[in-house]
Amino acid sequence: MLQIDNLTAEIDGKTILNGLTLTVNAGEIHAIMGPNGAGKSTLAYVLGGRPGYKVTGGSVTFQGKDLLDLEAHERAALGLFLGFQYPVEIPGVSNVQFLREALNSQRKARGEDPLSGADFLKLAREKAGLLKLDMDMLKRQVNVGFSGGEKKRAEMVQMGILQPAFAVLDETDSGLDIDALRIVGDGINRIMRRPDKAVLLITHYQRLLDVVKPDFVHVLAKGRIVKSGGPELALELEEEGYEAVAA
Amino acid sequence: MADLAVLPTNRDEDWRYSDSAYLAGADVQAINHWRTLDVPAGETRSETAAHLSGAVVDRLRVHVGAGGRFNAFITLGGGHFQRAELEITLEAGAHFEFGAVTVGGDDKVQEIVTRVIHAQPNATSNQVVRSVHWGHATGNFLGRIEVARDAQKTDAAQNFRALLLEKGASANTKPELEIYADDVKCAHGAAIGALDEEAAFYMAARGLPPKIAKRLLVQAFLGDAFAAMADDDARETMLEQALHQLGDAV
Repeated sequence: MLQIDNLTAEIDGKTILNGLTLTVNAGEIHAIMGPNGAGKSTLAYVLGGRPGYKVTGGSVTFQGKDLLDLEAHERAALGLFLGFQYPVEIPGVSNVQFLREALNSQRKARGEDPLSGADFLKLAREKAGLLKLDMDMLKRQVNVGFSGGEKKRAEMVQMGILQPAFAVLDETDSGLDIDALRIVGDGINRIMRRPDKAVLLITHYQRLLDVVKPDFVHVLAKGRIVKSGGPELALELEEEGYEAVAA
Repeated sequence: MADLAVLPTNRDEDWRYSDSAYLAGADVQAINHWRTLDVPAGETRSETAAHLSGAVVDRLRVHVGAGGRFNAFITLGGGHFQRAELEITLEAGAHFEFGAVTVGGDDKVQEIVTRVIHAQPNATSNQVVRSVHWGHATGNFLGRIEVARDAQKTDAAQNFRALLLEKGASANTKPELEIYADDVKCAHGAAIGALDEEAAFYMAARGLPPKIAKRLLVQAFLGDAFAAMADDDARETMLEQALHQLGDAV
């Protein structure tokens, strides 16, 4: 589904990704762990197509297409979802309006018919229920006045509604208490744990991986993957720290 | 007071950002003409106007009697020079609710000028002005609030924000407060900025093409000016008319 080959990228002239190679197949959940400054968020943004991040080498193929050749909204329509570490507030735009426009823009780009208002609300209600988010929250402005935990749950509701093939979740577990972590983790499993979907979980901690069990764990350091393994690698990291394991 | 027989120029404080070429060629009587409106005590009057084409200088002087209310909502979306000017005098306990937008490209100059006189105690006013410009267009808001010596418990608010979609567009604002009473609340705020890039990327990441994302952001931005309109349909119409002026700008 996703092949990253020898990817290098910089921001403001500073190299952050330095020859990163990773393949994610359909049906797999991969976790990327690593110390601060390793390039985890940069990887997420480069995949998402954020302006300001310059790819200087390597390639990324997603669903058979050159991902780096596409604009951010085209990547979304192709099935890529980027879960933000810090979801953005959009004053004056309601979640319902935002997500309906987003979903129908994606559908249009794929040559599908738009979803009617009623069908959309039904879908939104179902996904909000999955994340135990009050439907009233979705009628409010995007992320405005939401707590950290509510923002992350709202992100997962968005993912549920947009039904991407592949999700890059950038520290979706940060700012969550134990109960919210369980709800968000269950949500990820329910929405994305499918043979035709895949997830790249970027996280600092083992605790999310107790709920969303990864098939593969990678350690990112200095812009490249320095070690890969199964779920046991995350436990090893938790016990011994990045330096000991990645050295 | 301005001499009714002469044309205003940029040297006049109240016309300092106006289009000088327009002023030089204006009809002296027309430009010095004021419409007048009396809102009887305890009553409400409303005016909604969308100027979507041509040059406009519309000057309106309103007297709002005790406990009365005047609502005005204005869109300036045409060109080349458009000016809506309101002078509102509020008696005891009266209220003035005002929302206006300027939206334009090319080298249009669109300006809102208000002078709100709190002449008696307990009057309130609320003004929200939003400007969206591109090309080499200019949006201006000159807002003056005067609170008379006896007008205690005045509560006046004024808020201006401009969104400049391209380099080359500009906005000017000049809030003026002249307060002679001591127990008053006057709030004013002004901000001029560009489109929120963070929000734009967030929307793109959810699949919204740049044009639709920008339009949503502009819609949300302009919406503030009409939020106080009681009639949902009228509010929708005002917003749609304003957004329509964007054309291919976003």
